[in-house]
Amino acid sequence: MWQPQYEMMPRPELARLQLERLRHQVKHAYSKVPFYRAKFQEAGITPDDIKSLEDVVRLPFTSKSDFRDNYPFGLMAGPLSEVVRVHASSGTTGKPIIAPYSAGDIDTWANLIARNLVSAGVHKGDVIQNVYSYGLFTGGLGYHYGAEKLGATVIPASVGNTKRQLMLIQDLGTTVLTSTPSYALVLAETAQEMGIDLIASQLRVAILGAEPWTEKMRLEIEAKVGISAIDNYGLTELIGPGVSCECQYKQGMHIWEDHFLPEIVDPASGQPLPYGKQGELVLTTLTKEALPVIRFRTHDLVTLHPEKCACGRTFVRMSKVCGRTDDMLIIRGVNVFPTQIESALLSVEGVAPHYQIIVDREHHLDRIEIQVEVSEAVFSDEVRGLEEMEDRVRAEINSVLGISARIKLVEPRSIARTEGKARHVIDRREL
Amino acid sequence: MRIKQVSVFVGNETGRLVDMLTPLARSKIDILALSVADSADFGIVRLVVSDPEKAVRALHEAGFTLRVNELLSYQVPDVPGGLLRTVVEPLARAGINLEYFYAFIQSEAGKATVVLKASDLDGAEAALKRLQH
Repeated sequence: MWQPQYEMMPRPELARLQLERLRHQVKHAYSKVPFYRAKFQEAGITPDDIKSLEDVVRLPFTSKSDFRDNYPFGLMAGPLSEVVRVHASSGTTGKPIIAPYSAGDIDTWANLIARNLVSAGVHKGDVIQNVYSYGLFTGGLGYHYGAEKLGATVIPASVGNTKRQLMLIQDLGTTVLTSTPSYALVLAETAQEMGIDLIASQLRVAILGAEPWTEKMRLEIEAKVGISAIDNYGLTELIGPGVSCECQYKQGMHIWEDHFLPEIVDPASGQPLPYGKQGELVLTTLTKEALPVIRFRTHDLVTLHPEKCACGRTFVRMSKVCGRTDDMLIIRGVNVFPTQIESALLSVEGVAPHYQIIVDREHHLDRIEIQVEVSEAVFSDEVRGLEEMEDRVRAEINSVLGISARIKLVEPRSIARTEGKARHVIDRREL
Repeated sequence: MRIKQVSVFVGNETGRLVDMLTPLARSKIDILALSVADSADFGIVRLVVSDPEKAVRALHEAGFTLRVNELLSYQVPDVPGGLLRTVVEPLARAGINLEYFYAFIQSEAGKATVVLKASDLDGAEAALKRLQH
């Protein structure tokens, strides 16, 4: 364990630490962020009202739209001069979620990622090929700093250029892979095509995340690459990766509870649900400096298990995300809302608001097809005219979401309507 | 001669042509000329029919998306080089681009009839008229 004094803390002691940190964090948000002060006042609550951990339910929720409405730095606690780095999420309606980090936050984050790595069975002496994308996305630099904190050797490969990735794995003796699960499969299959035996390579462990994946995919990756595949979870709004990670027993992801306070609530009523019940995960940061976040509604449906794990960690384990309470899709790691696609479509002249989004996984990579009904206003007797329209739609989707979609023109009324409303999303991926 | 064409958007699915042709047959509409432009996902069926207005009504009732536009129809001698010399060359000389053209299914003996769409329909008509005279 990277920080056994915390990771194995007896739960009563942990609860005391959490309360102390919660009170401090709430005070920090209240005094430094006008948004939180206004919300607390509206709810008739002050930081002094937080006397026990249970009192957290009296605090108002924070949502993704609060981040958008306060873009870019409205939720930040303190001046930008205290911020040493800014990350951003991908694919929100034009404006991304902005996540500022203080020097202290970067250090906390590196420790949490180091916990992830050690929990997955990685140690100093390992060679980590970090295939998460470097840049605004939290995955690349997050894992980079955590791996350096651990003292492992980092290869900052970033994503893409599959053949070069395979060359590095072989030539540099990579032992650990950090990537999305779908890209791990792409690596495995490209290796197969090129006649490279990854099972004979030095690879032992892969820490995979940033998109939903199944147990079936885990078994496939483990068999094809000859590794142990570990799941981890995080959100840009909270910190990025480093919120929770599986240990080698793979019985759920341990939430680093000394830094994040988890709750499960009924998605409809917002009322708390007990351990073992599936509901929406709500997270409160306990130690963030630049961006304290109070009761963030993740919209992820999970179950929490508090029973002590065989690894010795006392932190609760969360199940894989079983679904979303909203219609958000994660496509190749990019968060996409159907409404964004709709507004992109409607901004193209002549496109009718009848569309259907079909998400599929082909050769382990997500593929998105958008079917658009052709109205007589745009119908042309020339193929070129219709293909130009497809191109315009494709370009618009790409500029708004940053993903390329296949556009398929279909006949009017051919998209199934239920009770007059079209079913906008068909997700054929087995998640 | 100016002639009306009915273009129909047809999704690339088995049986879709049956759906399209059935109402035309039922309304006793004769298809005089036909061409299909296709992409991977859809086809555009272009028709010259005996009664365009009736065809539009029948196809709309069947739920099809369509468009009516004017083309030129032109008789060419049914001999080697006939199309080249009487239509294609004169238009090229006049600097007019042919968007597409296709032929009638039946014609009087010794003649073939083509329908064409050009970048400049008036210009094309004038260019072909000049040649006739």
